[in-house]
Formats: sequence, C-alpha cells, structure tokens
Amino acid sequence: MTILHSKTKEVIINTEGPVIIIGECINPTRRKKLVSTLQSGDFDYVLELAKNQIDALADILDVNVGFPGVDDVKLLRETVIQLQTHFDIPLCLDSPNPKAIEAALKVIEGKCLINSVNGEEKSMNTLLPIVKEYGAVVIGLTMDDDGITNDPFKRLAIAEKILNRAVKIGINEEDVIIDPLAMAVSADPQACLVTLETIRLVHEKLGLNITQGASNISFGLPDREMLNIAFMVLAIRNGLTCPIANPEKITAAVRAADLVLGRDDFAMRFIECSQNLKQPHFTHKQ
Amino acid sequence: MKELLEKLLEAVELGKVDKKSPYPPQLKDQDGAYELAKNALEQGCKPEEILENALIPAMENVGNRFSRREIYVPQMLMSAKAMSGAMIHLKPFFQSGATKRKGTFIIGTVTGDLHDIGKNLVAMMVEGGGWEVIDLGVDVGSDKFIKAIEEKPNAVIGLSALLTTTMENMKTIVGNIKAKYAGSKILVGGAPVTQEYCIKIGADFYAPDPQGAVNYLKQLARLQ
Repeated sequence: MTILHSKTKEVIINTEGPVIIIGECINPTRRKKLVSTLQSGDFDYVLELAKNQIDALADILDVNVGFPGVDDVKLLRETVIQLQTHFDIPLCLDSPNPKAIEAALKVIEGKCLINSVNGEEKSMNTLLPIVKEYGAVVIGLTMDDDGITNDPFKRLAIAEKILNRAVKIGINEEDVIIDPLAMAVSADPQACLVTLETIRLVHEKLGLNITQGASNISFGLPDREMLNIAFMVLAIRNGLTCPIANPEKITAAVRAADLVLGRDDFAMRFIECSQNLKQPHFTHKQ
Repeated sequence: MKELLEKLLEAVELGKVDKKSPYPPQLKDQDGAYELAKNALEQGCKPEEILENALIPAMENVGNRFSRREIYVPQMLMSAKAMSGAMIHLKPFFQSGATKRKGTFIIGTVTGDLHDIGKNLVAMMVEGGGWEVIDLGVDVGSDKFIKAIEEKPNAVIGLSALLTTTMENMKTIVGNIKAKYAGSKILVGGAPVTQEYCIKIGADFYAPDPQGAVNYLKQLARLQ
C-alpha cells in the first residue's frame, strides 16, 4: 500500500485496487502550447490541463515540462508551485533531470511521486538518495545498463534490483512503484504480452504497486483509444494499480474494470462516474 | 517480363514475402517477392530494372499510403519484409559493385533514446528507395555517427528522437557532425521534432514521416 498526499488530501494506492489514475496531460510532447505558455510565464494553460484532468477524476497529476531550451530546474519548480496554489492533489514529478526533481521537491507540499528511476547504476545512484532524503515515492522503470529486455523474468529481476537498492538506503518497500515498460504492439505482436506477464510477476513476487504509461502500445495503429483501453483492462486484471493515462479517455473504462473485478460495492463509483462524466464510452441511456 | 515486375510490385506492396507466407490471405499459394525477384533475374531482367520498376515504386506506394493513413505500421513492416525477400537476390550485385545504389544513408536513434520503430521504418523505406542503409541502432552518440561517416564520407545522415528530453541530444550531434563534416546533409525526425527545431539546431531537413525522408533523399540524388 502506497500513500501519497497533497496539502490536505491523501491518496492510497492499494496493490489490490481500486485503480488510481495518474493524469498524463501535463506533458509537452504534442502540446507545443504548453511550452510556449510556460516559457512566457503564463500558467493558465497548465492550470486548465490540470482542471480538466481533475474533473475527469484524475487522482494524481504527472508534471512534465521538459523540452529542449527549457530550464526545467526552474520551470518544474514554478509549475509545481502554481499547481499547488490552485489544486489540492498529489503530484508526480516527471523529469530525467535529478536537479529539476530536487528543486521541485523543495517546494512540494505533502508526499509526491517521482517519475522515474531505472535499473542503470547511474540512475539509481543519483536519484534514490534524493527520494530518500525528501521522503518521496519513486517509480522504477524495468530497464537497465543492458537496455530493454523482452523477457518478463529479466524485467522482474530489474524491478527487484531497484527495490533492493531502494530498501538498502532506507526507502520503504511500499514507496517503490514499478513501471514494467510497454512497447508498441504494431512493431511486435508479442510486445503487450511481455508487459502483461511482467505485471503479473511483479504483482505476485514483489507485491508492489504497478504503474504504466498506457498510450505507447497503440503507436502506429488506428483506433488507438480502443486498443489502450483493451490493454489497460487486461493489465489491471494482472496487477496494474496506477496507470499514467489521459483520464478524459480512460476513467470510464477503469471504473468499469474495477466493478467487474469486484472492487466497487454497489457499483457506486461506476455509477457516480457515469452520471458525472461525459465520456464517449458512456451513452447515458438506460 | 513487364507482367512479372508488376506482380513483384504487387507482392511487395501487399507484403507477400514468399510462396509459403500465409499473408495476405488473398495471395495464398501464389509466388511472393522472394520467388518473383528470383524468376525475374533468371529470365534476364537486370537488377536495376527490378529496383526501378518494382521495388522502388512499390515502397513508394506504401510510404504514400502510410502518410495518408490508409495503412498502418504492421502493414508497412509486412511490405518491408517482402522487399527484403526480393533484396536477397539483389545483394550480390550490390556487393560486387555491378549494381550501383543511389547513395548511402546512415541512420540512428540519438543518445539516451531507445525508441527504434520510427528509425527502423525510415531505414526500411530508404532501403526500398534504392539506397544503401547503415543502421547504427539506438542510443547512438556523436562518436559513432562520425566514425560511420569517416567510412562513407558522402553519406546522408538521419537522426531520430522520440522524447522531448533526448531531442536535445540531436542538437549536440548535429553540431559535432557539422563541425567535422560541414558539407554533410542531416535529416531529423521523430514525434517531438518540428521543422522549426530542425532549423534551430542547424539540421538540413525535417521529415514528418518515412516517405518524407525518402522524398528528400530523392531530391538530393537528383542534384548530385
């Protein structure tokens, strides 16, 4: 069980569900407007992205402002301050730059998520001490100095390596969340199976929470949202507990999966979601 | 002969690798690119003709249909596989120097980036465009690019990056290559890359999709 909190709000990620949604939309890839507005000191757009995701029932917001030419040490910190001023929701600091992460951690209210460390020596050595020092939760990506493997057992071994290293320097086991990596199924028909199997193994053997950027798998194919949902639902069955995705597209499917898996008494969350969200998957017909 | 090349063109476009391949179902039990190219050579067709009249136009159709979103990545990969089936028979001619290709293209995904699908698609399409392709793989830094250029000084270079964070490494690599080989032509691509960014880092061309890269190379070949 992983616990995150913002100023006053607590979010519990339980390894048996229900699923917690990490909103992915604060990310400059394919959102040029985010970079240009932030660079000119205009935070309206990032706040709008945050609000839309919270309205779509995101539980946590991923914050990524990395872009060539951007000083993300300064900008990640400033964006975090702005988000915390306007919203009471735990954040996930997303940057490959440990300096940007550390600068943002200094202003974080509560306990946040860090995205991400991986099994490379350099990555673990730099980031894990920072995670420990600021009492954060860290996402561990199952790749290392040898790159990406297609063997689920090897991915499990990398997850274990990251976990052991984290525990060794005093990070609590439950403060490590594993990202099993998802590759595009268009290039390799077995790609999603590898990820699903890794999820099952990490869930069973390590008992950790599992996150997943779920939009990757559908690259190069039509009807991407449908594919993302199919994958997500199967992954949830295997132990995915906190996907990083666009809540405006997937919350309905996630609530449906939780209900089907017996994690939603009296279908309360599913019905509430259906009544409050205008997602394409809900038709609002009896 | 014309009919045979037309058949080969169709086989490559539809991704029929060889006779025993079950895909696509409508060409079941028919000859694939492997057999058709072999037959064409045996009947006296020149390797150049096979390239110019079958493989190149087939891959161009594939590239254009991909750009128009009429087909998707798996279909493009099928076609590339079929093309490779035909290329097996042409390789000896390239190696002996009997058949010249349009030029050499060196491609790699930049430092820190492990994404290879886009890079692979471009490599396949450029090969299908009649070029020799040297694929340096993923996580490729300046040194490796420069070493490859030393061996093929006239090669065109392709850099791929899929992350906003690794895209910065493109700038370094372009700078390092241009410092050593000022006249080199570098094309860049990948999800976060834009025309604007291409100009900013001093690269020569931005391709939004694989066919864009092929078209640019075609232009270069014409100028040379």
